Amino acid sequence: MTDTKFTKDHEYVRLDGDTATVGITDYAQSQLGDVVYVGLPEIGKAVTQGGEAAVVESVKAASDVFAPVSGEVVAVNAELEGAPSTVNEDPLGKGWFLKIKVKDKSEFDKLMSEAEYQDYLKTLS
Amino acid sequence: MAESTAEIPAEAPAAESSTAPPPLKTTPLHGAHVALGARMVPFAGYEMPVQYPTGILTEHLQTRASAGIFDVSHMGQAFLMGPDHVTVAKALEALVPADILNLAPGRQRYTQLLNEEGGILDDLMVTRSAEEAQDGVLMLVVNAACKDQDFPHIAAHLPDDVRLMRADHRALIALQGPKAAEVLARHCEGSAEMPFMSARQMSFDGLTCHVSRSGYTGEDGYEISIKSAHAVAIWSALLRDGAVKPIGLGARDSLRLEAGLCLYGHDIDVTTSPVEAALTWSVQKRRREEGGFPGAERVKRELAEGPSRKRVGILPDGKAPAREGTEIQAKDGRKIGTVTSGGFGPSLGGPLAMGYVETSFAAIGTELDLVVRGKPLPANVASMPFVPNRYFRPPST
Repeated sequence: MTDTKFTKDHEYVRLDGDTATVGITDYAQSQLGDVVYVGLPEIGKAVTQGGEAAVVESVKAASDVFAPVSGEVVAVNAELEGAPSTVNEDPLGKGWFLKIKVKDKSEFDKLMSEAEYQDYLKTLS
Repeated sequence: MAESTAEIPAEAPAAESSTAPPPLKTTPLHGAHVALGARMVPFAGYEMPVQYPTGILTEHLQTRASAGIFDVSHMGQAFLMGPDHVTVAKALEALVPADILNLAPGRQRYTQLLNEEGGILDDLMVTRSAEEAQDGVLMLVVNAACKDQDFPHIAAHLPDDVRLMRADHRALIALQGPKAAEVLARHCEGSAEMPFMSARQMSFDGLTCHVSRSGYTGEDGYEISIKSAHAVAIWSALLRDGAVKPIGLGARDSLRLEAGLCLYGHDIDVTTSPVEAALTWSVQKRRREEGGFPGAERVKRELAEGPSRKRVGILPDGKAPAREGTEIQAKDGRKIGTVTSGGFGPSLGGPLAMGYVETSFAAIGTELDLVVRGKPLPANVASMPFVPNRYFRPPST
């Protein structure tokens, strides 16, 4: 069974067993605009919650993608390197960035639910 | 996810103030931008459209493939007026290194306001009126973020018989792209025949305007200066043309970067000279020989001996963009310069940058490293423009 949580920095994380799939939300991609470059970490890299995990760049700006949970990077979506616009087209599906083998599931549990994230978005703008 | 570099484009920041920032100014087209769904951002003291709903990439490509219109009414327009052309030209030549004296009626020239050290206070376009009755009138267009410093600076250095009149009541609309000429010809008779860097007073569907064939995209195109009251009418008339879409400041920046054009406050500033900035083409022979402009000694010396650093184009080998501020290293790891503008070129289909390097590294093809997020990424010095210019030069007769 999978469960999806969200961060205030607009990453989503979908947990399946102890593997977390990480990407950026639809709100994030719409704010960024056309994604022209995605920088992905090496497989095997250890990431900590809130630390830099990947980079996403639009025409006008570069942004960091932070790790929503701590753990080890076990997969990256290399297809984004050739087709970065996938992040705009399907952020929650084919536009995922990386998968993390989660160290401490309680980090995940404390993140926002989808309803909480939607409420959070209403407080912005 | 968090933005790690500032939103671009941004001109030089306005002078620091200890009080709260004043409310943002708006152009006469503000309502039109909002109605089009533009994302409005603060820029040089104005609330300006950074992009419309289709986004920067689409807007950029639209301008290269067809035509786009840009609201550049935030820029500073002014008239320099005196008894005759010689008097006014000499007054301006005391502040800029271009040959204004020999600027023909109806012609336009790019130049820079220099300080005593030869540093660039701002860059600007100077146009000599085409009308015989207006002999002794030059039109100036300066950067928005600099206008409140530029105009007092110019006014303070004028002789008694020359005066500067700000044209804050005028709007400025740029129409750019390969279809710009056929679009404008439907409204302005005679505009299609104008050569690049020429200007004329014209009638746009009956409204008097001042049209120059120039721009900031590398494409053929025009800048149309009109009374603010006519801005919406002209903007709307152009937008009704199927070939035309509105273009925001985001694409304006990526277009000018591909064209190899400088952005003041980034690629040029008070520390850079025209020679370092590779703008020597804009310092005509007579001025190089005669001098008589601020910083002439430095310009002459750098022309004779070569500057210690030079602005160059840079193409990264990989796909990662190198943004403004990126350190440039020689292959041995020594710092030799800094990126002053960098990003992604939608028409180029990859990253591109410009920056200053020690002159011995300025030759086209020189291998360099750009330090992006702590990693040296290979790159090469490249010729500019990054995409070919398409300025309109009629066949000589």
